[in-house]
Amino acid sequence: MDATVAEKPVRFETVMTPAEPVIMQQRQPKIVTEAVTVHYGDKQAIFPLDIKIPDRAVSAFIGPSGCGKSTFLRCINRMNDTIPSCRVGGKITIDGEDIYDPALDVVQLRARVGMVFQKPNPFPKSIFDNVSYGPRIHGLAHNKTDLEEIVEKSLKRAGLFEEVKDRLQSPGTGLSGGQQQRLCIARAIAVNPDVILMDEPCSALDPIATARIEELIDELRENYCIVIVTHSMQQAARVSQLTAFFHLGTLVEVGDTEAMFTNPQERRTQDYIMGRFG
Amino acid sequence: MNTHIVSAFDEELAELRKLIAQMGGLAEDQFAKSIDALSQSDKRLAEKVIASDDKIDRLEKDLEERAIKLIAKRQPMAADLRAIIVAIRISSDLERIGDLAKNIAKRTLAVDEPLPRSVNAGMSRMAELAMEQLSDVLDAYARLDVDKAQDVWLKDSRIDALYNSVFRELLTYMMEDARTIGMCTHLLFGAKNIERIGDHTTNIAENIHYLVTGGPPQGERPKEDSTSVTTVETPAR
Repeated sequence: MDATVAEKPVRFETVMTPAEPVIMQQRQPKIVTEAVTVHYGDKQAIFPLDIKIPDRAVSAFIGPSGCGKSTFLRCINRMNDTIPSCRVGGKITIDGEDIYDPALDVVQLRARVGMVFQKPNPFPKSIFDNVSYGPRIHGLAHNKTDLEEIVEKSLKRAGLFEEVKDRLQSPGTGLSGGQQQRLCIARAIAVNPDVILMDEPCSALDPIATARIEELIDELRENYCIVIVTHSMQQAARVSQLTAFFHLGTLVEVGDTEAMFTNPQERRTQDYIMGRFG
Repeated sequence: MNTHIVSAFDEELAELRKLIAQMGGLAEDQFAKSIDALSQSDKRLAEKVIASDDKIDRLEKDLEERAIKLIAKRQPMAADLRAIIVAIRISSDLERIGDLAKNIAKRTLAVDEPLPRSVNAGMSRMAELAMEQLSDVLDAYARLDVDKAQDVWLKDSRIDALYNSVFRELLTYMMEDARTIGMCTHLLFGAKNIERIGDHTTNIAENIHYLVTGGPPQGERPKEDSTSVTTVETPAR
């Protein structure tokens, strides 16, 4: 019997995750980085980092505190420019355009690359003004009707319009935490960005508000390239299609989210997502 | 692998492995006893096997409850998640093996004459192979030994081949003497049960592969069971 067994071409092997994530074969790369480094003074925070981030998808950056994920996120809209000791090296392109090109208008860049922060930070102004501020200074509206339209559209996209339509003139700071965060998302999308960066957008919210934001992220990904930094592994697993794991300033592993959470290839990724000592 | 930051998580996972080991031990024991009972027409032993089956069932329930609580409480990822899912799957295979052993014991009660010697020898040999496979696969699970699991996975065809010959032999008996149909039918199901135990054992081997590597085994497992397409020519009257 054993002889027959040996003759048959039998394989009992592992399916390896493909070198390139499946999502990258389905989407255009939106953000591409080459050997990006970041220094704060003498201290190197990011070691040469290459990654391709897909358009119309959600990419999650995960990793322990201080691993450089937020620092890297802030490179994508040049928020690090505001920190004097911070130096960014290497190359970051969005749609092939170098965003560190000296000729590039940073204000325009930040309109294209919106950002949502950990704590909701609406302006101390009315709900309407919070959303209309960006389009107004960027000259996206020609008259009052245009502006009203943009505000309504943005609030609707952020899933907030129905809740606030009768009190657009009330202060944004009077909303609940989850509503304030959705207001900030509405404010970010009002200027028609291509990319939305989110730095732990749900960590100050309760589970219901978190679920709303996650639902919103899932809807927004049809039109935007979204990059989210999160400490919640479950959140990364739920909302993203691509996951990148950072550790001590290096990008350890990038892959399709599904594969990353069931079968990561790198030992460090495994230890981190399973809550084991690294 | 490193231990968890939350040490209770490690203990809970270890508990699942312990339960599988217990279930595996019981399943082996029940299976061996059911075969002894059948081949020696020992009805008292058969009764004992039938009465003990619920021990395995209870362990399976216990394991399932613990696994569900673990998932809800710890939200396991990667290898932890696989360990829990695989424990649930293996426990259900072991529970089925227990059921099949119980069924063999029940058939012992239904068969009144001693077994034809060559059938007895064939079935005993089948059972011997299946027991060896079961013991190897439980060992592979305890050691997370993929190579050993692969070995089990490949060797199941030996049981299938023996099953074919027992099947044919029983058909011959039935055709020669219609009075043996009752007994032979029971024996046929008994042999089928052993063959099924072999299949559950290969399921466990596949799960060990998934547990360790994260992927299913590739390719076709060699299969030799041709009884489902075997036809009988009725003797001309």
